[in-house]
Amino acid sequence: MSPADTTADPGGAVPPAQPARASRIGSLLRGIGLIRESRVGMIGAALLLFWVLVAIFAPVVAPFPADQQLREMQNALPGERIPPGAVITAFTDEGMQRIEVTGTYWFGGDKLGRDVFSRVVWGARSVMIYAPLATGLAYATGILLGLLAGYKRGWVDDVLSRVSDIILSFPVLVLYVVIIVTFGASALNIMLAITFASAPAIMRIVRGLTLDLRNRDYVAAAQTRGESSWYIMLVEILPNARGPLIVDVCLRLGYVTITIGTLGFLGLGLPPPDPNWGNLIAENKDVVLTFPHSTIAPCVAISSLVLGLNLLADGLREISLND
Amino acid sequence: MIIFIARRIFFMAVTMFVVSLLVFLLLEVNGEAVAIRVLGPYTSEEQRQLWLEANGYLRPAYVRFGEWLINVLQGDFGESIRFKAPVGDILWDRLKNTAILGGLVFAIMVPMGVVLGVLAGMAEGSPRDRVITLFSVITTSVPEFASAVFLSVIFVFTLKWLPGTSSMVGGFDWAQIVLPVAVLVLYAFGYVARMMRASMAEVMQSAYIRTAMLKGLPYRRVILGHALRNALIAPFTVIILQINWLLSGVIVVESFFAYKGFGALLLEGALNQDVYLVQAAALVSVFVAVMTQVISDVGYAYLNPRIRFT
Repeated sequence: MSPADTTADPGGAVPPAQPARASRIGSLLRGIGLIRESRVGMIGAALLLFWVLVAIFAPVVAPFPADQQLREMQNALPGERIPPGAVITAFTDEGMQRIEVTGTYWFGGDKLGRDVFSRVVWGARSVMIYAPLATGLAYATGILLGLLAGYKRGWVDDVLSRVSDIILSFPVLVLYVVIIVTFGASALNIMLAITFASAPAIMRIVRGLTLDLRNRDYVAAAQTRGESSWYIMLVEILPNARGPLIVDVCLRLGYVTITIGTLGFLGLGLPPPDPNWGNLIAENKDVVLTFPHSTIAPCVAISSLVLGLNLLADGLREISLND
Repeated sequence: MIIFIARRIFFMAVTMFVVSLLVFLLLEVNGEAVAIRVLGPYTSEEQRQLWLEANGYLRPAYVRFGEWLINVLQGDFGESIRFKAPVGDILWDRLKNTAILGGLVFAIMVPMGVVLGVLAGMAEGSPRDRVITLFSVITTSVPEFASAVFLSVIFVFTLKWLPGTSSMVGGFDWAQIVLPVAVLVLYAFGYVARMMRASMAEVMQSAYIRTAMLKGLPYRRVILGHALRNALIAPFTVIILQINWLLSGVIVVESFFAYKGFGALLLEGALNQDVYLVQAAALVSVFVAVMTQVISDVGYAYLNPRIRFT
C-alpha cells in the first residue's frame, strides 16, 4: 500500500507517522515475499534459513558440547552409540566429578573423539557470526569509499580508484596469507583482512552506481535545498542503489564463507577450539582416506550454505529483471 | 594502440613498485622474528641484536628496501630460512610444476566453459539452459577444499581408481594430476560458462542475428559464423583474469594433494615465517596477475575496435 492510499483512508484516525512506517515494513515484507516468484530463489532462501535456524538453536540441536572428547569414540563411524562406562570429568559445584555420557554420534566421531554432528551444528554458529560480521564491515567500508569516489569525483576518486586497483591486483588468497602471516590469525585480523581485500570490489560497484545516480533530479533537488553531501550520499543516493547491492551481498556472503573456510582449512583461520567448518576439515583431513565421515560432514555443510546464498542471489537477480 | 599498450605497461610498473614496497614493509616490520627463526628461540636479546646488526637489519628501512629491490630485479630473492637454499632456485622449480597444473586446468576449463555457456546462451530459458545454469551454480558453490574431499572420497577411498596424493615422488605421473586438475576445473568453469552464456544470450537478440536467420542461413552457420565470434569478445577478459584466480586456487589444491607447486610453497613459507620466501612468492604471483591484466586489456582492445579508437 502506497502512502497515497493511506492518506485517502476514510478512517483517518491513525496518526500520520504510523502509516508511513507500516507501509515501509509492508513493502519490506512484500519484497521478501517476491522471492516466491523464483523457484531457485526459494530453494536458496530455504537453505539459508535452515542454517540460520541451526545456528540460533545450536544449544538445543547439538546433543554434546563442541569440544567434548571421548576416547572411546575416536573415529567412531556414523550412528555409533557411546559404549556404557564412557565418562568425562567436569567441574561442578561439588568439585571435580566424573559424569557418565550416553547417546549416539549420528555423524560419527572425529580424530579426537568429539561428536561430528555437534561440531557441525556449533560450527554453523561460528560461521553465522563471523561471515556476516566480516561482510558487513567490508560493505560499510566499501559503500562509504564508493559513495565518496563517485559523488566527490576529482582527486578523491583518482586516489581511491588507484589504491583499489592495486589491492585488486593481488591474487586474493595470496593477499590473505601475507596479511595473516604478518598480523597473526585471530578473529579480528581475519575480519580486517577480509574487509581490506573485499572493500575495493564493493567500492567499485558503489562508485559505478553513484556516478549514474548523482545526476538524477532528486539529487539536484537535495543540492538546491542545501543538504550536506553526506546527507545526499547516504539518504538520497544509497537507498536508490540498493537493488544491485542486495544481489551482491548474497554472493559476497557466500564468498566470505568460503574464504573463512579456506583460511581455516589452510591452518590460518580462527584459532583451534573454534568449531568453524574450515577448522573441522583441517583437523581431520589427514584421516580423510581412512575415516572420511568426519571431513565430509563439514564439507557438505559449507557447500550447502554457499549454494543457498548463490541460488538466492540468482533468484533475486531474476526477480529484479522481471520488474 | 602503442600508446595504449605503453600506458598499461607503465601502470603495471607503478603497481609492481607499490606492491613490492607493501610486501617488503609488511614482512620486514619484525626483523626480530627473522633473527629468532635463524638463531633459534633460546638466544638472548643481545645475540639477536648482534645478528641483526651484522646482517644489516638495523639500517634505515628505505636503504634496505632499495637494496632488496635491486637484488630482486637481478633475480636474487635472498636465502630461504626453511630450505637453506636460495629462494630463486626453489621458486622456479615450483613455478614450473604449477604451470603444468594451471596449463592443464585451462586446456580443459576454457573449452568446457565456452561450449556449455554457448549451449545455454543460444537457447535462453530452455530446459537445457536451466540444467546447465543450475549445474554451474552448484559446482561454483562447492569450495575447492570441499570438492577435493568429495572427489578423494569417491575416486580414492571408494573406487580406489586414483592415488590420493600428487607428490610426484617418482617423476611425473598422469594419474596423480587428475584430481588436482578436476577440482580446479570444477570450481572455475562455472564462472566462464556464466559469462559466456550472458554474452551469447545478448548477441542472440541483436539485429544482425535476426537478419541472418531471416535471410535463411542454416542455424549452424548463424551460431558458429555470426553469433559465436561476437559473443567471445566479452568473456575473453574474464577467461584471462581466471589466471589471477588460479594463483589463489592452487594454494588450496596443492596443499591438499601435496603437489609440489608454487601455492604449496607459498603456504609452507607462510606457516614457517620464511620471510624471503613469502616475499618472493607474493611478488611473483602479483607479477603474473598484473601481467594477465595487461594482456587482457590489450587483447580486449585488439578484439574490440570500438575501444581501440577511443
